[in-house]
Amino acid sequence: MKNATQSGASAFFTRIGLLRGGLFVAALIAMPEIFRAHWIWNLLFFTVLYAAMSSSWNLIGGFAGYPSLGHAAFFGIGAYAVAFFFKNTEILTNGWAPFFSLPLIGIGCALLALPIGWLAMRTRADVFAIVTITLLFVAQTLGYNLKGLTGGAQGAGVSRAPFNLDIFEQPFYFVAAALLLLAMGITYFVIRTKLGMALTAIRADEDKAKGVGVPTTGVKLLAFSVSVAITGMAGAVWAYYIGFIYPQFAFDPLITIAIVLMTFLGGRATLWGPVLGAAILMPAQQLLAYYVGGSQIYLIAYAAIFLIIMLLLPRGILPTLLGKRRLAALSQGARS
Amino acid sequence: MSELLRVENLTKKFGELTAVDNCSFSVEEGSITALIGPNGSGKTTVFNLITGYLPSDSGKVEFSGSSTHGEGPGNLYRKGLTRTFQQARVFADLTVQENLIVARGGTLRSFFGRRISIDDRSRAAELLEEFKLSHVADLYASELSWGQRKLLEFASVLMSKPRLVLLDEPTAGVNPILIETMATHIRSYNEAGVTFLIVEHDMSFVMRVCNPVIVLDRGKTIATGDPETVQSDPRVLDAYLGD
Repeated sequence: MKNATQSGASAFFTRIGLLRGGLFVAALIAMPEIFRAHWIWNLLFFTVLYAAMSSSWNLIGGFAGYPSLGHAAFFGIGAYAVAFFFKNTEILTNGWAPFFSLPLIGIGCALLALPIGWLAMRTRADVFAIVTITLLFVAQTLGYNLKGLTGGAQGAGVSRAPFNLDIFEQPFYFVAAALLLLAMGITYFVIRTKLGMALTAIRADEDKAKGVGVPTTGVKLLAFSVSVAITGMAGAVWAYYIGFIYPQFAFDPLITIAIVLMTFLGGRATLWGPVLGAAILMPAQQLLAYYVGGSQIYLIAYAAIFLIIMLLLPRGILPTLLGKRRLAALSQGARS
Repeated sequence: MSELLRVENLTKKFGELTAVDNCSFSVEEGSITALIGPNGSGKTTVFNLITGYLPSDSGKVEFSGSSTHGEGPGNLYRKGLTRTFQQARVFADLTVQENLIVARGGTLRSFFGRRISIDDRSRAAELLEEFKLSHVADLYASELSWGQRKLLEFASVLMSKPRLVLLDEPTAGVNPILIETMATHIRSYNEAGVTFLIVEHDMSFVMRVCNPVIVLDRGKTIATGDPETVQSDPRVLDAYLGD
């Protein structure tokens, strides 16, 4: 079994990879034109936003094996940052200012993540999950109680975006798509550099990785802060889109659970897995909520979909399929 | 010959249990030194203390003339002190080739480089060839047999061109032919200048490959010397056979 790169260095871009990427970008751009309806644009926005968050969660939860359940805390922080800075229409001007503030919100979240991650990542696996979910509830409680900043249980309003109502969803959709491409670009970079190898080594056996000179703390902190930075930016876009936010929705454990489920469903530690997971679960969730009604009964159906796929494809959709293809190629190679 | 590693009055307690008790010994540069002793005599704990995986309660370890106090496993690895584990710890989700490459370590900055550079690939290829693992280079480490994992772990710690390698039971659970392969690799790397400290239960292996032999019992060094002397030392016989 010879592969093309066996003699030289691993290529950074492959032709098939560029083709896939190009087609994906084209599809993202074309989607709102193909399906011209507000409810679909709304669905597309949420799907792409969650795909961006799943992709970024994948960096720390999938590659490094640190199952953070606290990402929604940063989602909420991003959301409240926008609510805090853009509650007056005067600053909005043409409506794009909140989007231009995203890099700052991202950097803010990344910096905040450094001490939190440094502390939380002294624990591992299930303990890390519990520590980070605690972080989420701490953030939620702060959301309720820091009334001067958040408005408490009364909620906080963001100025209405002055976009053309006929295509109101589109700017949000394209910004969410840009976040998704950013998250996927970073994931691709991680896979193609030694960072991916280091994160996988940390997931497999962190003590051993430390013992062979992998800078484990640096790599983990980097992955965690980049991951929550994108999540915070996604929260900011969401708040601007929704227009009015409350602590129980901005710091919602269901957000965390959704992005974790999407990543595991599609396949953790892969480039396309989280996107695939989001593309299946988000429409399913919305359709179920629509048909089964506003009660939370839809969550049962949502869980059922997840359980069925996990029963049939336990490692997630992509790794199971790729694993089968790999085994077939190996046995082919053994025969020839 | 000079001392490469010096362990002085090292002590480690786990609650009431004193795993390593005022233990002292040294490893000469260029030697293949064995560290033997009955089960529970503290051999693996000594390894963990030397390689920075555990902090000691008292005493000191000197590597190449300077104290290793407060240094983690990563730092010591970069200085040329490395180890394998009893359970053949390899990275299951990385390929055999990647297991070698990641074991080169490096600064955070260097991890922004190509996943597999030409230099990495050729260094890995040398070791793969030498350890007869070339045909499984693209398999995941999880797909290897136990013996192959032992070989892979051994090969991967050599990626960084270490000065001192600590092997924790290199022949445990390995077939007789592979034991010979291990012995050959250890000897050839030793001739190339690598010093070894080996924990081993297989006495025939120790007698053939190692000299000197250090014997631990209940966390203390009870005998040191060439294999024959140690073998007939009454204190050693007592430690293994007595109560």
